[in-house]
Amino acid sequence: MKTVLKTFAAALLLGVAAMGVAKADPVKVGVAAEPYPPFASPDASGKWVGWEIEFIDAVCAEEKLDCVITPVAWDGIIPALTTKKIDLIAASMSITAEREKTIAFSDKYYNTPTGIIGPKDQKFGATPEDLKGKVVGVQVSTVHAVYAKKHFGATASEIKEYQTQDEANQDLAAGRVDAVQADAIALGEFLKSDQGKACCDMKGNVAPDLEVLGPGVGAGLRKEDTELKDKINAGIKAIRANGKYAEITKKYFDFDVYGDDPQSN
Amino acid sequence: MSAEATAINMAARASIWLKPHRIVLMLIALALVLCAAFFMRWDWLPQYWEMGLMGLWRSLWILAVTCALGFALAVPLGLAQAGGPIWFSAPAKVFCTIIRGTPLLLQLWLLYYGLGSIFPQYPWIRESWMWPYLRQAWPYGVLALTLSFAGYEGEVMRGAFAGVPRGQLEAARAFGMSRWKIFRRIWLPQAFYRALPTLTGETVLQLKSTPLVATISVIDIFAVSSKVRQDTYLTYEPLLLLALIYMTITGILVFAFSRIEARIPVKIG
Amino acid sequence: MTAADASNPGAKLIDAFLPASAAGIMELLSPVAPGWGGTLLVGLLHSVEIAIGATCLGLMIGTAGAFGKLYGGPVTRDLLAVYTTVVRAVPELVLILLLYYAGTDLINQVLTAIGYQRIDISGLAAGIFVLGFVQGAYSTEVIRGAILAIPQGQIEAARAYGMSPGLMLRRITLPAMLPFAIPGLANLWLIATKDTALLAVVGFFELTLATRQAAGVTKAYLLFYLAAGALYLALSLFSNLIIGRVEAWSRRGMPSVKEAR
Repeated sequence: MKTVLKTFAAALLLGVAAMGVAKADPVKVGVAAEPYPPFASPDASGKWVGWEIEFIDAVCAEEKLDCVITPVAWDGIIPALTTKKIDLIAASMSITAEREKTIAFSDKYYNTPTGIIGPKDQKFGATPEDLKGKVVGVQVSTVHAVYAKKHFGATASEIKEYQTQDEANQDLAAGRVDAVQADAIALGEFLKSDQGKACCDMKGNVAPDLEVLGPGVGAGLRKEDTELKDKINAGIKAIRANGKYAEITKKYFDFDVYGDDPQSN
Repeated sequence: MSAEATAINMAARASIWLKPHRIVLMLIALALVLCAAFFMRWDWLPQYWEMGLMGLWRSLWILAVTCALGFALAVPLGLAQAGGPIWFSAPAKVFCTIIRGTPLLLQLWLLYYGLGSIFPQYPWIRESWMWPYLRQAWPYGVLALTLSFAGYEGEVMRGAFAGVPRGQLEAARAFGMSRWKIFRRIWLPQAFYRALPTLTGETVLQLKSTPLVATISVIDIFAVSSKVRQDTYLTYEPLLLLALIYMTITGILVFAFSRIEARIPVKIG
Repeated sequence: MTAADASNPGAKLIDAFLPASAAGIMELLSPVAPGWGGTLLVGLLHSVEIAIGATCLGLMIGTAGAFGKLYGGPVTRDLLAVYTTVVRAVPELVLILLLYYAGTDLINQVLTAIGYQRIDISGLAAGIFVLGFVQGAYSTEVIRGAILAIPQGQIEAARAYGMSPGLMLRRITLPAMLPFAIPGLANLWLIATKDTALLAVVGFFELTLATRQAAGVTKAYLLFYLAAGALYLALSLFSNLIIGRVEAWSRRGMPSVKEAR
């Protein structure tokens, strides 16, 4: 009996191992498995498209890295990185001190303001007083969730957290939340869609809070992967310098998403 | 039972647990628990304590309400399939097949986001008395879980109704009972006793389905653990504690149901 | 949407399914690239792959577990009791999250400990492993019950012939328990097909996540969720058809249940 059990156990382990074996050393780039236009979203053929996808492809090409886009759930993207399911996060993740306790970040590669949208037929702004008694929708474990809780938690009637940004937008259109806070560009893209055009408009940008919102978006890396971090940083610098960054940006935006140049560089 | 017999019984029970290998296994388990307590991070517990209790309360409340409503719905569903005319039995059968043939997660998202996407087209919905409920997430969770419980338990009730011996019903008719009286006094109680043993299992399955409501932004105990995971970047601790909580609830449910079953005299003819 | 459409209740109903137009429904569901039908079908394929893999893995674990529970030593039996009790008491969603992050990490640590190289566990393998582990607990109970239902005489006769345990397993126990195990295992297969949907929560690309993405991009939520529901339903109805055949086949030579009563 023991031998039977042992053979089973060995067969199981080897079976799993055989299924899992993949080619050596591609860099698995984790993106959130949800539509987040214009930065990253799946198209009907299953390919991932968007500004951030083209950006990271350009960085990888520059540094001769063999990058594979690997979609994972947004709310588990940091555990996926630390348990080595992915090697790099390129999912519009803001660099914050809180996250830097767990993972490392590359230099920032874009920075955009944070906006609030709401129904067209209501007039309000983006201050705590404006959101008094309102239900505010945000995506879970984003800087926006932290910001909304910190600044609007006292006045808003509820901060509702959604697994994907798209579902928060959807519930705004359905009327279940009164306002949605997120990246102004991503919200702008939603407002351009038929559904967004019909229901909502931009209410304004929130007051800056560097501590919560961070200096911009960077690629998330494991702390021990300093070699990869150096390569990504070099890649970002190179495509900023050789015009590739501007070329990709022009395809999607009519302004520079990079934001201010960091003073310390 | 005499005191002596009770003592022997207790001793027998104790000796089951006091076999040498069990003591070793229990010591290993204890050591694992102590390791987890000492080497894992639990400093977040006080901060989320209150939220966790609220979440737990919400989970249990959803479980109780959906099981009760679902069972109430399962009785007519089972009855229609077991003895109803075709225009009752066919829709009931279709309903049960659809509920049992599709994942609950999909049903939940269909109800919440699918229905939600219709609202903008019908502005009057927002003026109706239902809007305060339609606006929130929990009614959709309760509805989906209730329908799911009704679908699965309806199938059980069909078998239970069909399993009541015809002789009993014929005897009741011979007594001159009205159809309603036969149903109330004979058919339903007999079917209920037959379905009772499955209720424990179905309720535990229902408990295991409740965390799905967290995906439509209801803050149950599962959602609280997700929040802890996202806030603290800990992966294992909140999930392990959550598993322990669910195991405890399951244990209590199984124990309570076995007590109830033992109390209800079995009178299956 | 034009003013004429707005006044027409039929058009409104169609709009509910789709922000664009009625003809667009077919376009959205078409299997070639501008339509999302292909994405859904790929998702369905992944779901079926995982369900098959998980059921097979579950069967292996279940057979080993059932034999361990019946004939194993006291320690094996206790450990298996813990395994089946814990898995059946904790929600699948929690187990999936735990195993998805911890389980694959653990396999790698075990592999490195016994001298193999660290492997890269693909999403598919992880999904199969996670669901298979859960299915294994239920299969253990089903198969254990089925083995206990084999008439004792058959096993004794085999022993009297001097069959080795391996031969007895292959020739007597496994084939004789099949008719008792098949209804339970068929039910487990149906559960497996539906449980694959839970992997959407960890971001694994299967039918439910494909639907969520298609719905999110096109905003035609109702349409895509209904389409996915139809696909799942078709899968389970088709499975039921096959299961009925298999059940009849496995019971060949046995007295019919109706006659026996």
